[in-house]
Amino acid sequence: MAQSPQDVFAPWEDATEKPLIRFRNVTKNFGDFTAIDDLTLDIYAKEFFALLGPSGCGKTTLMRMLAGFEKPTTGTIELDGKDIANVPPNQRAVNMMFQSYALFPHLSVYENIAFGLKRSDMDKADIPARVDEMLRLTRLQKFAKRKPHQISGGQRQRVALARSLAKAPKLLLLDEPLGALDKKLRHETQFELMDIQEKTGTTFVIVTHDQEEAMTVASRVAVMDAGVIVQVATPDRIYENPNSVYVADFIGEVNFIEGHAAVVDGVATISWAEGQPPIRAKTDLSADTQCTYAVRPEKITITQDEPQDRPNKIKGAVLDIAYLGNISTYHVELPDGKVIKAQTANDRRIARRSFTWEDTVWLSWTDTAGVVLTA
Amino acid sequence: MRRFTLIAIPYLWLFALFLVPFLIVVRISFSYYELSIPPYGPQLDLSTGWDGVKAFFAELNWENYAFLTGDDLYWKAYLSSLKIALIATFFTLLVGFPIAYAMAKAAEEWRPMLMMLIILPFWTSFLIRVYAWIGILGTEGYLNQLLLGIGLIDAPLTILNTNVAVYIGIVYTYLPFMVLPIYAALEKMDDSLLEAAEDLGCTRTQAFWLVTAPLAKSGIIAGCFLVFIPSLGEFVIPSLLGGSDTLMIGKVLWEEFFSNRDWPVASTVAVILLLILIIPIILFQRNEQKQRETDG
Repeated sequence: MAQSPQDVFAPWEDATEKPLIRFRNVTKNFGDFTAIDDLTLDIYAKEFFALLGPSGCGKTTLMRMLAGFEKPTTGTIELDGKDIANVPPNQRAVNMMFQSYALFPHLSVYENIAFGLKRSDMDKADIPARVDEMLRLTRLQKFAKRKPHQISGGQRQRVALARSLAKAPKLLLLDEPLGALDKKLRHETQFELMDIQEKTGTTFVIVTHDQEEAMTVASRVAVMDAGVIVQVATPDRIYENPNSVYVADFIGEVNFIEGHAAVVDGVATISWAEGQPPIRAKTDLSADTQCTYAVRPEKITITQDEPQDRPNKIKGAVLDIAYLGNISTYHVELPDGKVIKAQTANDRRIARRSFTWEDTVWLSWTDTAGVVLTA
Repeated sequence: MRRFTLIAIPYLWLFALFLVPFLIVVRISFSYYELSIPPYGPQLDLSTGWDGVKAFFAELNWENYAFLTGDDLYWKAYLSSLKIALIATFFTLLVGFPIAYAMAKAAEEWRPMLMMLIILPFWTSFLIRVYAWIGILGTEGYLNQLLLGIGLIDAPLTILNTNVAVYIGIVYTYLPFMVLPIYAALEKMDDSLLEAAEDLGCTRTQAFWLVTAPLAKSGIIAGCFLVFIPSLGEFVIPSLLGGSDTLMIGKVLWEEFFSNRDWPVASTVAVILLLILIIPIILFQRNEQKQRETDG
């Protein structure tokens, strides 16, 4: 998130800050299947929190427990310090935007947005003003009288958002909110979502399987796998400091090198293949261990001549080149058959490509480029 | 040319099997009773040419219609039929909606089976099924035996040959026509709509009335018309299960035709019945069209 260093929004680092939502040792079973396994998690007010994971990882179950459609088997969920296990969905200060949008087909856009307000204790006379405010926020004024089947997918998405925001919930849940939109509209809408989140000051929890979406919108991302949260951190930490092979692999592209690390003074020397120089990497580890070294392709420089003053360098041959417009990815084969990916930005419009297939090249990177993972 | 043929076939079918017979009925309704074969006059005599046609039309008259308005038996029968059809439709809805709802909520793999169970009775003759109710509802019937057996009643109930038996017969016979359109409407409904309603502050009951019921509306309307329209002119059920005081226009029509052998009056009764039915039929078509527009 683009913020100046002075006012970084990071309530999770402040021990005095009280979380809005608290999962404490929550387990949820469906018959024999454990959807959520002993999960503990704090989410703070005004956060834009993303639950990221493959389908079946439990992220939707987690969200449905927040909405009140599922009850935890064991453990407690607190909202604003109160256990909400026995509060039915219609009495929670939580609203949800459904993946299918779940717009009422027999009601107009206006009536859809007003639906929740009419069920609340809001004064009847104040409802039109609130609905208008929501229509303005989501730029839907022109479509107020239309029925859901008379507007486009992007507009329906905004109606769903407006409807779920109308009651000014403490917490808004978004279940794959952009899943049904095409790529371009999705990108635009991501920024719109962030904008609306900032304007309304509502806490958003978004469920998504799209890592790019999670990285773009979220203040923090929780990566889930098989009912467990593997890592919770800001997008940049998730990307640059993954705590496990699973997280590193799930987010973005990465090269893994298996080896054995010998640690001296915070520097690991990883021996990983016969006849190759060991990889040097800064690390927090203190003891020697088996490890997986993970380094992102864009951190690896590719050159024709042997580079000087680089802690890590390997020779290989270009196997494949993927030209993606803005960047090119080179697949470089090492003598032992291992393939390493390296990326370069195509920062000049018309440039002679320096390498072609089967050229011998040098790959090099610094000792801070990658991370040493033991999980 | 091919397109023309394609369109022409159903129109020819309707023309030959609906419009022509209907025009014959209309023509008989304007005729008078006569002891002859066929039992009405005048007959069109083309041997005298144009004069014959003119003489034929001169003899057609409104007398039967005047007779129907004069005798209170007929309008009482029409009213009584309307009343019975309305009440029966209401009860069919009352029984049919929960069945349709349960079917739509049942697990996906069960639905074809349940659908089959609804349609299955159609495989037996309608007449036999209505006859079977005589055995069930009679004074010595299974229902009374059961109720007496479990000690719920001391004396057998008189159900057969009353209007109650007619209602039971109509509800039983026309139930699938109510269930299927409602089921079709409910089945399309996305379950997350109910969750959304709850999420926005509705109780389950409110969600039913605010979301489920309006979305099932077109199915309910279609089902009601599909039951109401045929039961208005129903003849078999009231004559087999109803009593002597069950007055329905279908029965009157039958008696005019077969007991009195008064074809002109019977035809008049039929024409008026059709005119009465045109209103609900038009409303039904409108509902269907509106539904297609919102679906499309």
